[in-house]
Amino acid sequence: MSVGNEIYSLTVNGEHHQVKDAWIGESLLYVLRERLGLPGAKGACEQGECGSCTVIIDGEAVCSCLVMAATAIDSEITTVESLAKKNGLTEVQDAFITEGGVQCGFCTPGLVVAIEHLLNKNPDPSELEIKEAISGNICRCTGYGRIFEAVTTAVATRKAARN
Amino acid sequence: MSVVVPRTLTDALSAMAANPSALLLQGGTDLMVEINFNHRKPVDVIALRRVAELRAVKIDGKTISIGAGLPYQEMETGQIAQLVPALGQAARTVGSPQIRAAGSLGGNLGTCSPAGDGLPVLSALDAMINLRSASASRAVSIHEFMVGVKRNAKMPDEIIVSATMPIVRGWQGYAKVGVRNAMVISVASCCLVVDRAAGTVAVALGAVGPTVIRCRQAEQWLATKVDLKQTATIDAKLAAEFGQRVATEARPIDDHRSTADYRRHAVAKLSGRLLQRSGAQ
Ligand SMILES: Cc1cc2nc3c(=O)[nH]c(=O)nc-3n(C[C@H](O)[C@H](O)[C@H](O)COP(=O)(O)OP(=O)(O)OC[C@H]3O[C@@H](n4cnc5c(N)ncnc54)[C@H](O)[C@@H]3O)c2cc1C
Ligand code: FES
Ligand code: FES
Repeated sequence: MSVGNEIYSLTVNGEHHQVKDAWIGESLLYVLRERLGLPGAKGACEQGECGSCTVIIDGEAVCSCLVMAATAIDSEITTVESLAKKNGLTEVQDAFITEGGVQCGFCTPGLVVAIEHLLNKNPDPSELEIKEAISGNICRCTGYGRIFEAVTTAVATRKAARN
Repeated sequence: MSVVVPRTLTDALSAMAANPSALLLQGGTDLMVEINFNHRKPVDVIALRRVAELRAVKIDGKTISIGAGLPYQEMETGQIAQLVPALGQAARTVGSPQIRAAGSLGGNLGTCSPAGDGLPVLSALDAMINLRSASASRAVSIHEFMVGVKRNAKMPDEIIVSATMPIVRGWQGYAKVGVRNAMVISVASCCLVVDRAAGTVAVALGAVGPTVIRCRQAEQWLATKVDLKQTATIDAKLAAEFGQRVATEARPIDDHRSTADYRRHAVAKLSGRLLQRSGAQ
């Protein structure tokens, strides 16, 4: 498959989007935010260091700033926008609020995506596994303690919902 | 500018033959940083993410070949970590989960940074790098593949297909020093592989020279001091002397990440500790 002109399409949160008049070297982060009106993924470093741009591509949590958007033409892309449903927030999102895991909020979407990804693969992670899973997401405000609490709470809520 | 997303290695190779100036893109964890910061303005790109052949792992009893596009996360656990423990350990130290879900050995070799964490392992195992172009294929020893700082022996129309390394009986490990635990480029690193059958040890250092350095003199010295065909407890004095000898073969520099003195000290400690661990098994 070859993308030689300025129009290509991406599947984001189950919907097809056309990307028009773009420079095709643009990162997925840029395309999501500036061309598709999906500003949930945040851009802070654009070099893979902060994790605030984390999205799920074909089942893997990756930094959208390091994906060339035009190469993701046949991938399933999931962003933070798709997590909350009509009837409310996810357990992880709820736990961030109740545990005070959000201060300025800049890191939150990336962390929420990384944690949802972790819990979908590993519903009962150990302390080390949680720390490892969010080691690519930087937060300048909370000191991580409350984020860690939020994950623990979300794990418990999800467990209770399963039983 | 054009972006091609081939599905097979054959298609990728013909795309390269048609346009050898095109940039190859695998996980993007090196290349996209350069593009985002305008250090590189690609004209044409061949993205390899959909080429399944580049993610293949082949085991034939004596050797294992790892596809150039296989993400590090697949090396952290399972068969690769079991058969090539040093590679599993090195993979686990790369960046963050997001980086390990995308980054690959092909990209590590393509960039050829002296701090690339996969490279000391490939060097200690005398890996062969398998290269293909539309018209030819060849295997190059890792020692000849790495030419200098961010320079390698790949021809413009070649794709790195895989790296082949022996499955070695004996202890092996990888250790690195950085400013913190996660998301850190090596300040100094070391891979140590004991080959019990041959009675030899291999030591390779990262981030202390223009390319990865093999410490042949220290390796040979050690073989005269211990019988590497058998498991032997390594005493602290021997480990320390080995570390000192390893450090004299390093060629570190001062840069924004560290100083030459510290790096020399670090590789002495890392190699000594790895050696002691090998004896503790
Ligand atoms: C936040 C962050 C942290 C990092 N931490 C580490 C770390 O701890 N240790 C470490 O070693 N590295 C680290 N890196 C660097 C990078 O992740 C690695 O070098 C990785 O191996 C690159 O692989 P890639 O597939 O993403 O390469 P790409 O960016 O896709 O490509 C890199 C280069 O290799 C070439 N290339 C790729 N595949 C092939 C192929 N099959 N044939 C020929 N050429 C090819 C490309 O043309 C390009 O020149 C980090 C990067 C980031 C952004
Ligand atoms: S913006 Fe992508 S990791 Fe920081
Ligand atoms: S809440 Fe501000 S960066 Fe995390």
